[in-house]
Amino acid sequence: MHLLVCGGTGCRASASDSIAEKLKAELAANNLQDEAQVIQTGCFGFCEKGPIVKVLPDNTFYTQVKPEDAPEIVKEHIIKGRKVERLLYVDPAKKQKVEDSKHMGFYRKQMRIALRNCGFINPENIDEYIARDGYQALGKVLTELDPQQTIDIIKKSGLRGRGGGGFPTGIKWEIASKNKADQKYVVCNADEGDPGAFMDRSILEGDPHSVIEAMAICGYCIGASKGLVYIRAEYPLAIQRLRIAINQAREYGLLGNDIMGTGFNFDINLRYGAGAFVCGEETALIHSMEGLRGEPTNKPPFPAERGYMGKPTNVNNVETFANVPPIILKGADWYSSIGTEKSKGTKVFALAGKINNVGLIEVPMGITLREVIFEIGGGIKNGKKFKAVQTGGPSGGCLTEKHLDIPIDFDNLIAAGSMMGSGGMIVMDEDDCMVSVAKFYLDFTVEESCGKCSPCRIGNKRLYELLDRITKGEGTLEDLDRLRNLSHVIKDTALCGLGQTSPNPVLSTLDNFYDEYVAHVVDKKCPAGQCKSLLRYVIDPEACVGCTACARNCPVNAISGERKKPHEINPDICIKCGACYEKCKFDAIRII
Amino acid sequence: MIKVKSLADLKKMRESLQAKVDLREKGEAAENLVQIKVAMATCGIASGAKVVMDYLLEELEKRGINAVVTQTGCMGYCYAEPTIEVKLPDADAIVFGYVDKKKADEIIEKYIKNGELVDGIIPVNYESIDDK
Repeated sequence: MHLLVCGGTGCRASASDSIAEKLKAELAANNLQDEAQVIQTGCFGFCEKGPIVKVLPDNTFYTQVKPEDAPEIVKEHIIKGRKVERLLYVDPAKKQKVEDSKHMGFYRKQMRIALRNCGFINPENIDEYIARDGYQALGKVLTELDPQQTIDIIKKSGLRGRGGGGFPTGIKWEIASKNKADQKYVVCNADEGDPGAFMDRSILEGDPHSVIEAMAICGYCIGASKGLVYIRAEYPLAIQRLRIAINQAREYGLLGNDIMGTGFNFDINLRYGAGAFVCGEETALIHSMEGLRGEPTNKPPFPAERGYMGKPTNVNNVETFANVPPIILKGADWYSSIGTEKSKGTKVFALAGKINNVGLIEVPMGITLREVIFEIGGGIKNGKKFKAVQTGGPSGGCLTEKHLDIPIDFDNLIAAGSMMGSGGMIVMDEDDCMVSVAKFYLDFTVEESCGKCSPCRIGNKRLYELLDRITKGEGTLEDLDRLRNLSHVIKDTALCGLGQTSPNPVLSTLDNFYDEYVAHVVDKKCPAGQCKSLLRYVIDPEACVGCTACARNCPVNAISGERKKPHEINPDICIKCGACYEKCKFDAIRII
Repeated sequence: MIKVKSLADLKKMRESLQAKVDLREKGEAAENLVQIKVAMATCGIASGAKVVMDYLLEELEKRGINAVVTQTGCMGYCYAEPTIEVKLPDADAIVFGYVDKKKADEIIEKYIKNGELVDGIIPVNYESIDDK
């Protein structure tokens, strides 16, 4: 037998280490150490009911276990074979105790559709993809459905673009299919540019065939025989696996001419991007593929009318494509049964920042931020306090404590002042300064602005300068109004999505953390202790014992004082590097 | 070269490939076949998955264990990379996190040889589309 004790950070904080110790001691006391082993595991994703102890092979799932429960678990369960009833999980819907964790799928908050093969199959072997129903959807579409019927399935499924915009995929396909031309194109947007987002890369590295298959299906629907993947050159492994996959599909006759004897021709080529953020915008992406500068142009004309080489072009994101084959095979009704009224299916998120379980997750739309961060994500690192979560990257905003219980979908996030974006989620704790966060994103957009329109090129630069002044303690209350006004002007007048959304991090932090801005400009203080110019290091004469450790480690000799007597920091020389703070063993250095 | 000429062809292919994978997974061959997948996306490789994979290939052969070691994509547990999944005959697949050479050695000696679990298991916390 095995006793699995959750060793996730959340459960550890509530004494799971000592539960494991107690269980081991109890087993040894009963001479059972060879019969049953205690194993520490990673996070079960059920931190709310932690600490968790799972018993194998019978799959008993004990929740909220305390160290003092160890003797009972060993005596009752291990020795007598009777489950400890009071520790079993109670199904909240049925109000029944759950004996076997195989029957508690509902606790698994994740559901993998786009990631269905990631981490299961060898991405470099097409046979493994075929064994998991690969290319069956393409076969079904080509032999049993006409293009319009296929488009209807996608429309009915409610699938919306996963790149950020959330435009209904079926409608996009339908528009492209109706435009007549001698040549059309299917483009896969793999130019994942948000800082902290890596969903698309993971899909291409783990399951490249799903994207290839979906692109062929899209080609059939809109009447295109050519597909292009626009992928950033910084993703060498994804490029390599995609190339291998395309070659294998060609060898099997699943790309090329007369696919599966149906007369349908489709082939895919790769185009490399140089990692410019603006090239994720579809018109800029198309220009970049044509060999022109990666600059956006006004819509209309939409790519569905005049896109790549002036021909009708359908652009979808990697994750959107990865959802298509299961929708065809399992049906629109199946897909639309998952998610919320207006946002169907699942969404992949990349969890990053001050969160315990950094990683890639896929959850049904409608799950709350609380469930994502505190259950699946295992809560905040080092037991710190949650402050905000940034979604939508440089185009998104920060959501706070008060937003934790809203169901995540396209519309709710926009209503809350952020956006779904491509799916990066950066979690921040009490030590993060929100003015600095806004400045970080502005720095990014200033760098990435293509410079074509003035609101974005000049406006964002001015926004950045205002923020920079505030973090240096040179800002005024009027600056806060200026920030807000300029933000609105940029949003209203910029040419493309980059400029129209770049002030969002500023606006959402102003809305949610106005006090923090005021602290910077009025009190000249940074509450999170991040803005260097606003900090001052001082030595508490009561606590200082005169050990000289600080003075010896100060790189600029700003600390003076006699041995065994309190020391002093000269603020005119101090560069606020924090070396003294790190070295002091007596907590005598204060940051004010 | 095999060409898929029709949907019927593809379906036939799927059956035979599934049978092949099944055979591999269930270890129906006379000897006990162990199947190991190493998560080899950029994140995994950056944290040392390649070293672990080479080590597993080398050591399993040296210790005379009949195993298939393959690469796969990101399992999503970036905080616990490198991660590997071990499937013993007649047992559910188990994912281990934080696998370095030392951990890999422990997994071979304890879990693969004797079926004894070791620390560092990552519980499955999602539903796959096959469950629905």
